[in-house]
Amino acid sequence: MNEQALLGIADDELIVGWRDSEWTGIAPMLEEDVAFSSIAQNEIGHARAVYQLLSEDPDALAFDRKPEEYACAPLVELHLLEWAHTIARRWLYEVADEIRVTALKDDPDPTVAGLAAKIDREEAYHRMHAEMWHDRLRDEPRFRAAVEELWPYALGVVPGELRGELVERVGLAEVDVVERGSHTDELAPLWEEMTIVRRSAPAGAQW
Amino acid sequence: MIYEVFRQERRGQPFEHAGSVEAPDADFAEAWAREQYGRRGESVALWLVPRDAIRDVEHWADEFDLKYRRVDGYSIKARLKEARERAGTAGDR
Repeated sequence: MNEQALLGIADDELIVGWRDSEWTGIAPMLEEDVAFSSIAQNEIGHARAVYQLLSEDPDALAFDRKPEEYACAPLVELHLLEWAHTIARRWLYEVADEIRVTALKDDPDPTVAGLAAKIDREEAYHRMHAEMWHDRLRDEPRFRAAVEELWPYALGVVPGELRGELVERVGLAEVDVVERGSHTDELAPLWEEMTIVRRSAPAGAQW
Repeated sequence: MIYEVFRQERRGQPFEHAGSVEAPDADFAEAWAREQYGRRGESVALWLVPRDAIRDVEHWADEFDLKYRRVDGYSIKARLKEARERAGTAGDR
């Protein structure tokens, strides 16, 4: 897989992990708060692993780019401090990510394929968590509406050739896709906050 | 529902009580317990038990102070020495 596509995956994981971590301390139940935060951290861990594959300096890759240089899909940028939407995104993202990671396990580069397998083993628990919520909320109108609203964004997570599978898994009709490559207005404020500490200290600062 | 969580640190070791999770059903309990009691690699297995399934036993009658049923404070060393002396085997070991 080419580096730009891998960077897209890493950026998705970083930004979705960052967004989900916004729930730390304010989730609807304490138990879910702990689980959700832990999953968010795992996602950031996956981003780190892919950045390490792409660069000698994963921190620079994570934090020293301009917002427009990030390769993430618009789905993960959305600031969704509403539980139905958050769970809808979590579920859609996990379904899309599973399809993408499964394909990546067959990558001709054994290092990439190996990392994909490693990530996949951890994602299995994320999927379990997301499916559990989906099973519970699938018939709730508020959740259905959130899934439908985010669906065009979810399609943008996977490349064209994998979208058929995503359509089949989610069971919604194909619609106009919010493609990767452009950013929502919500990325810039996230970037401001995410990189504030990094930008406050000159490069090479020792902590 | 509250589930009591028991965790096993290594294969073959006994499960020990780790804490509890409050969850609407067993699947949520599993997902949450995995994150709370397993995400740092501190467990190789968990048992989840609905608190209602636990029979609580805590009252013990000890009206007659039957100390001889307990071994605490019973010094076997001195008695063994005495017995050996009586049998004439003292110093053999």
